[in-house]
Amino acid sequence: MKNAIALQEVHKSFGTTRIILGVSLEIREGERHAIIGPNGAGKSTLFNLISGRYQLSAGRILLHDADITNLAPYEINRKGLSRSFQVTNIFHNMSVYENLRCGVLWSAGYRYSFWHRVAGLQDVRRRAEQVMEQIGLGRRRDTLAGTLTYAEQRALEIGITIAGGADVILLDEPTAGMSRSEATRVVELVRTVTQGKTLVMVEHDMGVVFDLADRISVLVYGEVLATGTPEEIRANPAVQEAYLGALHKETAAADGPHA
Amino acid sequence: MNYQPLNLGRWIIWSAAALLFLVAPHVFKGGFALTMLTQMGTLIIFALSYNMLLGQGGMLSFGHAVYSGLGAYAAVHVLNFVGKGVFTIPVPLLPLVGGAAGLFFGVLFGYVTTKRAGTTFALISLGIGEMVFACVLMFPGFFGGEAGVSTNRVVGQPFLGLTFGPALQVYYLVAIWCFLCMAAMFALTQTPLGRMANAVRDNPERAEFVGYNTQHVRFLQLVLASFFAGVSGALSCINFEIVSAENVSAIRSGGVLLATFIGGVPFFFGPIIGSVVFIFFVVALSGFTKAWLLYLGLFFVLMVVYAPGGIASLILMQFPVIRAGRWRELALPYALAALCALLALSGLIGIVEMVYRLSEQGANTSLTLLGLSFDARSAPPWFVFAAMLAAGLAALRVAARRVDARWGAIQLELQAKAAS
Repeated sequence: MKNAIALQEVHKSFGTTRIILGVSLEIREGERHAIIGPNGAGKSTLFNLISGRYQLSAGRILLHDADITNLAPYEINRKGLSRSFQVTNIFHNMSVYENLRCGVLWSAGYRYSFWHRVAGLQDVRRRAEQVMEQIGLGRRRDTLAGTLTYAEQRALEIGITIAGGADVILLDEPTAGMSRSEATRVVELVRTVTQGKTLVMVEHDMGVVFDLADRISVLVYGEVLATGTPEEIRANPAVQEAYLGALHKETAAADGPHA
Repeated sequence: MNYQPLNLGRWIIWSAAALLFLVAPHVFKGGFALTMLTQMGTLIIFALSYNMLLGQGGMLSFGHAVYSGLGAYAAVHVLNFVGKGVFTIPVPLLPLVGGAAGLFFGVLFGYVTTKRAGTTFALISLGIGEMVFACVLMFPGFFGGEAGVSTNRVVGQPFLGLTFGPALQVYYLVAIWCFLCMAAMFALTQTPLGRMANAVRDNPERAEFVGYNTQHVRFLQLVLASFFAGVSGALSCINFEIVSAENVSAIRSGGVLLATFIGGVPFFFGPIIGSVVFIFFVVALSGFTKAWLLYLGLFFVLMVVYAPGGIASLILMQFPVIRAGRWRELALPYALAALCALLALSGLIGIVEMVYRLSEQGANTSLTLLGLSFDARSAPPWFVFAAMLAAGLAALRVAARRVDARWGAIQLELQAKAAS
């Protein structure tokens, strides 16, 4: 199977602080790949490197075998990779529909056009409305994005990410800050909208990770500790030691007084 | 589905605007009114083009006069060439020459300024404005030095029988161009570029991650805005028959910022209102008092502090209350607040005018205000005006609280009604 994304010896430092220490990782086309690890492991930094938000200190990143190292975010997006953010990153002063339309315009080929009337672009409208229905915000079409509930904003964030039709989707903690029922809905949403696409996600909720992911990579202190199927990761003693075990103890400690 | 192929409301508004342009000189009669209306038309184009940067693209420019000024210089030279018979171009098409020049310099300078956004963009635009102003004075052969380049708009063969000598013909030329430019600039807000300019203004990072090079969006928006600025420059050249260094100066750039902000940056029609108010200050008020710039500055500061959305926002925020039929409840608090403001304003004007009169060397210190004659050197008028100002401000505080309370109560009720 071909790789959608390949990271080759990727390094990233901020000043003298080394955050990513030689990560090599292959994400196959069509798979759902989760990146997990403790806080400060460099998961979001890795996302920022892949999507062009940060420049690499060393190494290479390939997207469908094409070198995208240190390209600008818009160039990477145009090559078919789209991402969401850990902190909701939408157009707050625009309506839900306008947000999604922004996500569609470039890929629909209208780019910097100042000779098309945007309201008359039927293909753009159809696609934006289709995504709006998919993410369950059809009834909120004309609502200002900034006034949506948190869960709705997260859904819109995912909608903007997929609206352009990118085939590689990066989701940074899509269920962060959500209740169990909201998270369950988001998992279903992610499952639906990434059908047939490559999905890479950073996620803290292990329930979500083991439910969604085909393969998992564990990142600890800027290095990949292990990559494998959910079963392999669960059974990996090094992962248990470095992350899952600690996470289990933390969860148990947090649950203890309430039990 | 909200898609409307024909928006009736829009047709009505635009037809009303066209009608207003048509009848304005017949309603406001006289040479002075015509001068004001013509200048308003020119400034409306300039301010709308400025708002393509500030309001729609989030670019605070301190050097927008560069594009209108250089457009005006191009127009004045072409007009002089036409006058000498070097070549022929109908005067009504001269704004296209200004527009082309504005566009050219928009490409040239915009390539540099739009590399950055935010404060850096503002500072680069300021630097380029100063640079161009210096260049204008450095090359008097082309720019005419401080005196500028003068011209005569009555050149060549009459166009459809019009010579553009009479001020009324110039007004209608400005009015037609103003209407066309308004329509074109509004149309631009409805295009993919226009919408993405809003997106880049609100969240440049997100715009990059949906495939847009934010620098290109800013650049194109600035180039198009420069075209319209150039058109307004050429129209002012036709109107005044002179173009000088003042046309590219920071004062002109600051003026358009003031006009746009006073009108309302967040709304397309804001700069139109702002231009009308600004010209009132510059042309009408300057004829009555030397302190007009101080009043303009004070008005601007008050708008920035109390109504950052400009006059347009103050108008628009009344609409939901009017629609709900609750405006009458606000009429009395509004009227009281207006009376208090008027009292404070009268006191302020009295003090400012007396200060100005006393600051003038050898000037007559007696003056007439509000129908009363008095001497600025005597104490009683100072006490009276100071008391008016103090009492007006104190009463305004109370009246403003009443407006606030009533307004807040109505808003809460309307929200509760909408939620149910």
